[in-house]
Amino acid sequence: MKVLVAVKRVVDYKVQIRVKSDNSGVETQNVKMSVNPPDENAIEEAVKLKEQGLANEIISVSIGDDKSQDVLRTSMAMGIDRSILVKSQNTLEPLAVAKTLKIIIDKEKPDLVLMGKQAIDDDSNQTGQILSALLNWPQGCFISNLKIENNKVFISREIDEGIENLETSLPAVLTCDLRLNTPRFASLPNIMKAKKKPLETIDIDTLGIDTSSKIKTLKVIDPPKRKAGIMVNDVKELVQKLKYEAKVI
Amino acid sequence: MSVLVVAEHDNKNLKSSTLNTISAAKKLSEDIHLLILGNKIEDLAKSSKSIQLVKKVIICDHEKLENQIPELSSPIISNLAENYSHILAPSSTFGKNLLPRVSALLDVTQISDIIGIESQDTFIRPIYAGNAISYVQTDQKINLMTVRPTSFEKCEETGGDAAVENISFIDSEVKTTFVSREVSKSDRPELGNARVVVSGGRGLENSDNFKLLYDLADKLNAAVGASRAAVDSGYIGNEYQVGQTGKMVAPELYIAVGISGAIQHLAGMKESKVIVAINKDLEAPIFNIADYGLSSDLFQAIPEIIKELDLLNQIES
Repeated sequence: MKVLVAVKRVVDYKVQIRVKSDNSGVETQNVKMSVNPPDENAIEEAVKLKEQGLANEIISVSIGDDKSQDVLRTSMAMGIDRSILVKSQNTLEPLAVAKTLKIIIDKEKPDLVLMGKQAIDDDSNQTGQILSALLNWPQGCFISNLKIENNKVFISREIDEGIENLETSLPAVLTCDLRLNTPRFASLPNIMKAKKKPLETIDIDTLGIDTSSKIKTLKVIDPPKRKAGIMVNDVKELVQKLKYEAKVI
Repeated sequence: MSVLVVAEHDNKNLKSSTLNTISAAKKLSEDIHLLILGNKIEDLAKSSKSIQLVKKVIICDHEKLENQIPELSSPIISNLAENYSHILAPSSTFGKNLLPRVSALLDVTQISDIIGIESQDTFIRPIYAGNAISYVQTDQKINLMTVRPTSFEKCEETGGDAAVENISFIDSEVKTTFVSREVSKSDRPELGNARVVVSGGRGLENSDNFKLLYDLADKLNAAVGASRAAVDSGYIGNEYQVGQTGKMVAPELYIAVGISGAIQHLAGMKESKVIVAINKDLEAPIFNIADYGLSSDLFQAIPEIIKELDLLNQIES
């Protein structure tokens, strides 16, 4: 089985982001960038499948500028065999990302595609679902458990009501929840080894697809600030405040 | 033009998220159609036609639609699309699972998780876990959007008499089969919809201690929530998680107990009207957004709060 993992480079989850002063977006220059967290779970799952002998080749794909090589190197330090960077100067919308991935998938012919359930920058939560529809492959979203046996795929999905268990087959597109596994840290020797693993670069303009934006961002602003509250001294004061000041109990 | 709302339901009742989504649709059109895809949904169709804002209820009733497999439902929706200017679904795991597939079939870009509607083509949505708010505009032939339920009021469920139209099921070859659903039964209000939410974090230390929170929640007729740390640690199920990758809530009162307040958690609850934080760590970031902070050991504070609430109830009765 061949597994393809899609990886996005995003502002690190620990960074307190800043809205640009001209309200055109969020500051991403000179900010720590990392692998999108649920994409790390997707990488980890692919590496586990290889360790279990279920996958024989695991590859990662990212779309972005040259800097996105970082996240691909990280994926290879975690155990991915080789990577593909689709070079694009523009930020792509989920539909365009999915169309780009489809072209890579048509060429690479993986049996399984894994990615995070959402990117923590634009929080769209769309790409896996769109890709699955474009490929006409089964979709499994927000998975927290995966078992593959004799070409059968058993997944547990995190839904608002609890957990949903589905059975499907390969090829499939699965999007990963943070609880699917615990991503490993890349060891220093593995980081060194990853530098020698193959990283192919493809220019997005050579793919012949429309990746133009369909959505125009008019402005990006700070969210409304909550006014500072007060510290109460004890439980009695708290309950009194909730009852007679806030009037919520 | 008309707006189509895709209903979230359990084949018996509409989820309240559907009612919030209908209110969002009202900002776009007077001609709102509600699409219900499900199995044995005659009764659901009957009760839904009394929603005042809905002009037409469109029903597709088929046994294969019992479990909301998106591979089956998305082509039925895309097939109706040409009649509509907008298609809306709640931004729940139901809507997130389904609507992007429809967008792929229609070759349009979906706008996720809108919290405001400026005009027919301009929408407001949070990005970066709500740490920035984006105003976006589109001129696509049709606009597909998921709607954050807590950002729109629930619409009235009565007073209307909508027409009901049955449409035929379109079968697709689907390789996915439903196995089971593990749903926790609770008499407490639904988390996304409760007036009061009591949430616990890593400070609770284990699942047994969550019983303290349940007692407090029951006193306040509140729903129970949790931070990701508490869910990851196995103290409580994933369906209770509040935050960027869990549920968004905006109750009148949110009580955060033993929760430090990572930005990913704040993303899910900072729209609450009144926020109370109880944490023994005075440096916890949750205090920065709390209306009332109590720096105290939760294992002492919670039983005391329950006692005080009992006292209040006695005085009142």
